[in-house]
Amino acid sequence: MNIIVCIKQVPGTTEIKIDPKTNTLVREGVKSIVNPFDTYALEEGVRLKERYGGKVTVITMGPPQAEEALRETISLGADEAILLSDRAFAGSDTWATSYVLSKAITKIANYDIVICGRQTLDGDTGQVGPELSEMLKIPFVSYVSKIEEIKDKYIRVQRMIEEGHEIIETTLPAVITVVKEINVPRLPSLRGSMKAKTAKIPVWTAADIGAEADKAGIPGSPTRVVRIFFPKREHKSEMLQGTLEEQVAKLVEQMEKII
Amino acid sequence: MTIQIDVEKCTGCGSCVPVCPFGVMELVNDRARVKEGCNLCGACVDACTFDAIKIEKAEQKVSEGYKGVWVFAEQRDGKLKSVAYELVSEGRKLANKLGTELGAVCLGHNIKDVEQLVCYGADKIYLADDPALADHNEDFYTELLLDLIRKHRPEILIAGATSMGRSFVPRVAALLYTGLTADCTGLDIDPETKLLLQTRPTFGGNVMATIMCQAKRPQMSTVRPHVFKKGTHHKERKGQIIKVDFKKEAVTARTKLVKFIEDLTEKVKLDEAEIIVSGGRGLGKPENFQILKELAEVLGAAVGSSRPPVDEGWIPYSHQVGQTGKTVCPKLYIACGISGSVQHIAGMGTSECIIAINEDPNAPIFQVATYGVVGDMFKVIPMLTEKLKRSRGLI
Repeated sequence: MNIIVCIKQVPGTTEIKIDPKTNTLVREGVKSIVNPFDTYALEEGVRLKERYGGKVTVITMGPPQAEEALRETISLGADEAILLSDRAFAGSDTWATSYVLSKAITKIANYDIVICGRQTLDGDTGQVGPELSEMLKIPFVSYVSKIEEIKDKYIRVQRMIEEGHEIIETTLPAVITVVKEINVPRLPSLRGSMKAKTAKIPVWTAADIGAEADKAGIPGSPTRVVRIFFPKREHKSEMLQGTLEEQVAKLVEQMEKII
Repeated sequence: MTIQIDVEKCTGCGSCVPVCPFGVMELVNDRARVKEGCNLCGACVDACTFDAIKIEKAEQKVSEGYKGVWVFAEQRDGKLKSVAYELVSEGRKLANKLGTELGAVCLGHNIKDVEQLVCYGADKIYLADDPALADHNEDFYTELLLDLIRKHRPEILIAGATSMGRSFVPRVAALLYTGLTADCTGLDIDPETKLLLQTRPTFGGNVMATIMCQAKRPQMSTVRPHVFKKGTHHKERKGQIIKVDFKKEAVTARTKLVKFIEDLTEKVKLDEAEIIVSGGRGLGKPENFQILKELAEVLGAAVGSSRPPVDEGWIPYSHQVGQTGKTVCPKLYIACGISGSVQHIAGMGTSECIIAINEDPNAPIFQVATYGVVGDMFKVIPMLTEKLKRSRGLI
């Protein structure tokens, strides 16, 4: 079974701070991590390999330093990792990102399943998985919380929606996005860490995957950020005073107005 | 597509440096310089008083012949979701600003109250009613919406950021090769270009970004439930229901719903709840969720949680509010024993009214709270529950 896992390197969010003097994001010293949702995708890929045999290939689109995130996935059980990096990819929105990933996956050619995290921590859109599936023209299931069975090019999964769980069957190859409930990711093994240090990580450029220049990066992205601003904290906070009884009475009064 | 600095005009005043949200402007030898990572947002162009910064954007060819605003009106079990009414109300405002029609697309089987969408602002309802659409197969939904858009060419399409909307609407956008902006909290029409301004939080809500889809059509957005308010009901409004044929044979459903297991631990769904009572680490043990459940019962509220109780296994993950859980926007959010990490606030900070109850007066949750009570929640909550019961004549 050939498994492809798509990941993204993101800033560790807890460290995102705003410089009070300049009112800009403080980027220095912000550690980059593998998008936490993608660690569940990777773990599930590795578990599938352990169950059914085969190979886990991790891909990411990003700047040269994203190689570090790929090495980490090798320490966690991935067999191979490929970095999609080209200045022509910079500034891609979800459409262009999905396009680049789909071209790389088409080049890999031999795959049974593509696993993505449900969303990233920084962009937070959750759109790349579903967009990718259409570009690859294969079935898609989102919010997968359990893979129940894989047999003869067919898969049965559990997915989470607002109202509960659905059991869905589809054919392979397919794209799935997974939620946190699906597993508990393992820690890096000693052997994995050794392998990660020496692993060769190929870099594929736009030319390598045959990506058309007008479909990737800023020229290929339908959407554009036109303005960035800091939300006004016009919040009026009121700390209630008096005895607990009095405070609770005040709360009830305010609540009745809202409800 | 590039950013260029005219070193003749640049005086090295540095006013472009602090305004860059990405921190990529710097002064080198008393002249502004752009480091790697610029996304051409234009903040520096606005800040420069010497007209020294230019951004050249290659013009994409604008898709033509698109007109009207559309809303995808989601239903479940034949009942329209509240987000459908909210989006129709908001879509009406956008259509008015553009002086155009508002259409609503409704897919399902035996859907009740479809005509109600007209009362909230829709002019046309595209309704596909077929037994095969009852269990919301996303392959069918993708094909149908795609066909309708190709046929009628709306310039804008808004859908709910529900698990279904977030799963199949991106597929439609991918096939149409157009832009889709997730989880918008503000929509408006740019008075000059008549394009949709889509504003959404990013970086965990620390930064807001306004996004435009300049050349491709339709301009598509998803919006979370409760972000927009349901408007006024106009009984006398007239609209048209257009029946859409669904030929099941023409579409291959590659996915099949085998079974649906309803989540019974969640009496009121977090995403749709108007009131949420949420507990954090301060609860101390799983049994203590009981006092929150009692309060929730009186209020008809959903029970939420911050991350620690979920990690400890006190309550299922489906209850988690925050960046790695659900993002909610209820009328009232009651945070009990929640300190208020950045990640938690990212998931509930836009609630209309926030009540925080915590023993620690320095807990960050108080900074976003509308009303704060410093005190022992094991005293405050039962007291609150009882007072509410009394005021509602339940005891």
